[in-house]
Amino acid sequence: MKPVPSPAEPAASPAREAFSAQTREGRLHLRFSGPLERDVAARLWEEAHRARGATTAVTIDAGEVTALDSGGAALLASLAGSEAEWIEPRDAMARGSLERFRNGLGMVKAREAPPRKFRPISALGAYTLGRYEKFLERAAFMGETVLTALSLLPRPWRLRWSEVLRHLDEAGTRAFPLCILLGTLIGVILAFQSSVPMRQFGAEIFIPQLVGISLTRELGPLLAGVILAGRTGSAYAAELGTMRVNEEVDALKTMGLDPTAWLVVPRILASTLVMPALSMVMNITGLIGMGIVMATLGYPPVAVLNQLGQWLSIGDLAGGLGKGAFFGLAIGYVGCRAGLSAGRGPRAVGDAATGAVVGGIVALVLLDGLFAVLFFRLGW
Amino acid sequence: MAEDRPEAVIEARDVAMRFGSRTIFKDVTFDVRRGEIFVILGGSGCGKSTLLKLLIGLMPPSAGEIAVLDEEWSDLEGEARRALLRRIGVMWQSGALLGSLTLSENVELPIEAHSRLPEAARALIASAKLGLVGLGDAGDRLPSEISGGMLKRAGIARAMALDPEILFLDEPSAGLDPITSAGLDQLIVSLARETGTTFVVVTHELQSILAIGDRCIMLDKDAQGMIAEGDPKKLRDESEHPTVRAFFRREAM
Repeated sequence: MKPVPSPAEPAASPAREAFSAQTREGRLHLRFSGPLERDVAARLWEEAHRARGATTAVTIDAGEVTALDSGGAALLASLAGSEAEWIEPRDAMARGSLERFRNGLGMVKAREAPPRKFRPISALGAYTLGRYEKFLERAAFMGETVLTALSLLPRPWRLRWSEVLRHLDEAGTRAFPLCILLGTLIGVILAFQSSVPMRQFGAEIFIPQLVGISLTRELGPLLAGVILAGRTGSAYAAELGTMRVNEEVDALKTMGLDPTAWLVVPRILASTLVMPALSMVMNITGLIGMGIVMATLGYPPVAVLNQLGQWLSIGDLAGGLGKGAFFGLAIGYVGCRAGLSAGRGPRAVGDAATGAVVGGIVALVLLDGLFAVLFFRLGW
Repeated sequence: MAEDRPEAVIEARDVAMRFGSRTIFKDVTFDVRRGEIFVILGGSGCGKSTLLKLLIGLMPPSAGEIAVLDEEWSDLEGEARRALLRRIGVMWQSGALLGSLTLSENVELPIEAHSRLPEAARALIASAKLGLVGLGDAGDRLPSEISGGMLKRAGIARAMALDPEILFLDEPSAGLDPITSAGLDQLIVSLARETGTTFVVVTHELQSILAIGDRCIMLDKDAQGMIAEGDPKKLRDESEHPTVRAFFRREAM
């Protein structure tokens, strides 16, 4: 596709007079006239480039161009390449505009494109090293946290208690409404779902045991943990990540304050302390929800309480709540670590928050599995 | 320039802004004329950036009227609003480049949104604009890989992408080294003189104000409004207002 129009006739579509292409004495003359602005340039782009083809001897005649913006200048510059002859616009504004555009392009230095070859072995090596470095980083963070926490034990006044209280409020009391809502719903759902098969055996009276034990031993702490990971773990990561991006963490360090003692320990302490409370709220509201379903099935509250009193031991409750405290510890730790190891930029904070939630929930389930084995061995 | 008085491109009449019961400013009235470099200045917290947001239509004023290129933001919706947006450009204080796109793609963004130019044309325009602000070799870098001053210059390149009639710059030289900042001032002046682009610059950099400003207004926190209007050099030499004097002489009050 190489149109070589004869000298006499204007090339391309004659309807558009803003542009014409002619070959004179072996040179291709591309002539533009009138206002050459974004919309015109967009319309002419294809046509002009087709007319130009791969010819080397080109004259860009912009003498009659009356107005030029960067869209038009881009069209002219793209047609000109490096060795075209120019006929400058007679209009001063258009000339200035073209001049500035070319000046701008003149400043562009080609950067050497980095080699993009796929090298599987070195990629694998880099990946492994990266993981190893990350592992070291995580180990260092854990060690630092543990050491700082231990060093604060004999000097508890050095911990920022106002900060601990703030986090207790944010992670704890403010999560109560959500826990109450979810707890009640879970209690209702569990009781209702189990009532269907239980009824077949006339065993509806055992629903309180079933719901009670699964709530206190498992579901209470687990669901409270999911709430904590979603609400608080992500908040820790986002908050600390933003502080890192804003160089607040570096500022603390240069003031001689230990970011771990200042930022991490209060948060982890708070998340550890709130978990038994959240689990307890979950348990109580879940049992109330179950009681409501039992009442609709015709069992009075006394019967339900009686069943619960007979089968639920304080050990079930204590085990569940104790487990919850460890869940809180892990979730707070994962959240803080994700925040403090966040990269720079707005996306990094989002990534850190996601990592905190995912990591928190994974840690939660892993720990729960460990506790299941432990409790089984101990015969609890 | 004041004698033959070119047309006003921005007219603000009795503009007031309140957040709740707190008045940021009130009774702000001024014109910005075509081709001039208009500086909004004032100390920290006086509402300079808020005024800028009103001018570019991000927020409606609590009271008063603002006309930009003879249109009021509150009257505009859909295509009419887009048409006006095409005619203005804004550089944000920290650049406000999208972090997931390269500088070049950031500059191409408004061109893509407002024209049908092909990819090659957009890339070429982006290179030229980045070259103009001295970032000719950084087009394929991500915003996270460059310094604050470079971000700011890339922000200007993006604001200029559509050759706007009015360019709004929020603190263009804050945080830049003197050489870069002077280069930026030169660029602003040459664009204003050669293309007739109108500039509205929010700043408190004294040197920059004196170097580029044709006219200015000064806002003050305590007065909750404008305390001066006019040629910055004249204000520096002649103003009797204590805050204006202190501002231009860099004195503590």
